[in-house]
Amino acid sequence: MSWFNKEKAGIEKSGGKKIKVPEGMWIKCQGCSDTILGKDIDANLNVCPKCGFHYRISARRRLEVLLDGGVWQEFDANVTSVDFLEFKDAKSYQERINAALAKGGSKDAVICVEGAIEGTAVQVACFDFSFMGGSMGSVVGEKITRSIERALEKRQPAIIISASGGARMQESILSLMQMAKTSAALAKLKQAGLPFISILTDPTTGGVTASFAMLGDINIAEPKALIGFAGPRVIEQTIRQKLPEGFQRAEYLLDHGMVDAIIPRAEMRQKIGSILKMLSRSAA
Amino acid sequence: MASQFYLEFEKPIVELEKKIDELNLLALDGLDIGADVAKLESHVEQVREDIFSNLSRWQTAQVARHINRPFTLDYINLIFTEFIELHGDRNYGDDHAIVGGLARFDGQPVMVIGHQKGRDTKEKVFRNFGMPNPEGYRKALRLMQMAEQFKLPVITFVDTPGAYPGIGAEERGQAEAIARNLREMASLKTPIIVCITGEGGSGGALAIAVGDRILMLEHSVYAVISPEGCAAILWSDGTKGEQAAEALKPTAKDIIKLGVIDEIIKEPVGGAHRDHAATATGMKEAIARNLAELNKLSAEELVEGRYNKFRAMTRCVE
Repeated sequence: MSWFNKEKAGIEKSGGKKIKVPEGMWIKCQGCSDTILGKDIDANLNVCPKCGFHYRISARRRLEVLLDGGVWQEFDANVTSVDFLEFKDAKSYQERINAALAKGGSKDAVICVEGAIEGTAVQVACFDFSFMGGSMGSVVGEKITRSIERALEKRQPAIIISASGGARMQESILSLMQMAKTSAALAKLKQAGLPFISILTDPTTGGVTASFAMLGDINIAEPKALIGFAGPRVIEQTIRQKLPEGFQRAEYLLDHGMVDAIIPRAEMRQKIGSILKMLSRSAA
Repeated sequence: MASQFYLEFEKPIVELEKKIDELNLLALDGLDIGADVAKLESHVEQVREDIFSNLSRWQTAQVARHINRPFTLDYINLIFTEFIELHGDRNYGDDHAIVGGLARFDGQPVMVIGHQKGRDTKEKVFRNFGMPNPEGYRKALRLMQMAEQFKLPVITFVDTPGAYPGIGAEERGQAEAIARNLREMASLKTPIIVCITGEGGSGGALAIAVGDRILMLEHSVYAVISPEGCAAILWSDGTKGEQAAEALKPTAKDIIKLGVIDEIIKEPVGGAHRDHAATATGMKEAIARNLAELNKLSAEELVEGRYNKFRAMTRCVE
């Protein structure tokens, strides 16, 4: 598959809100409270080798471990946001965009690529939580819609890996409309008989959950990922009572019938590869 | 109207109206003050016009939530005939925050669906303040799919602070219910007309607002989050709603520029809450005109047009 270009070698430094694990440093695991060597977690796809606690992982590193050969072709990498509402809170939206761009990573909160999983060519949209909390504005909605449209055109499965706080407030109504736009594109994909796999990672909330993330033919969550519509704080304030143990965690959603499976990061490629083969008649 | 409730900025109007009432009482005693009353009446007309043509975004948000503003069942009574309410999602229950059913519009059978708020405390609680649970959205979808089956146009009325954020709502898949509606409405093979009548509160509003024509009442709002919610997040202070409303630009005038809505329906001077019948007349005219256009289109043309409409909602550079 010569049309794949290796995007970037090695580990993305500006990655998500994963733990900072300087090599050789010992850290106390958030899952088991054991003291673990940072580089052991890092080498294990940001998963605690003792208890299996999944720390967040950067978008590019995730793509490297998910896609065959760690290679892909990226699309629409230069689409960027505009402050068309001149939105201002403590800082203007333009300043926030500039600050996020200055980190030198992705140019908005989603990376859209074509690659292969266990031999099946796929269109993948992977959220980059390090860019404004993975929030969805026009750019994210547009890139995801194009990714789905490419899947339609090339008759490939679509995969979206979510990690997002929800719709981006600074684009107000147009952020909301991205929910409708992406869901409409998924309607076409469904009618075309192409598979859509939604992978929900920590955290997936708000307008992202209430659109494409919940619309997978198969919804897959990472262990203990926070997944929900309303944020836990909002719910607590509304109902004025304590939330149940494990509320809005992947296991809770599985128990309530909202996700098909919880799959550890290390098994993701093999399991998804297997699903894709069974769903795509073209593949053996 | 049953209960009298005035917004702060409506006070000058209310005071003038009180004065007119007092003068009219004096007139009953035989005093000749007809000229004074007429003068005051034209003055109050002017004041009302001035106030309502210069509402700030925050004031508009308050008008949009006015307790006496017409709600979905008011529009159904004023615009439609033969309404037969249909209940339940066939899975879990009947959500009172969303109403829907069969009715006739100018004689044509249609499916009408909308958020429903309450006016007094008891009704507010019964309607859950217009905040649906997943079963509300699933009822709406059931009715929309029935409309598709029998080739009936769908007309929706949008007026909600948002989808209900509760434990049960999460457990029963609030996000999934909303998401499914977005996907299914996008490909529904029948005309859909959406009327934003009050508060267009985020995903909870959008879940019944994917349509071929999006009409919006002059003093309604539509945004990704409520001003208070936005303020709570960005300023960590839920009382800064006024600033947040300015930033979110949620008014009909703001968002028609972004291509999100097709048409602004004028309200009577002083707001829809002052005159339900006149508001409904304007609404009916707009629905009739749009429905006549959509009735001419094939199912394929409708779905393709709807896709392209939402597909174009983007502002970015590359």
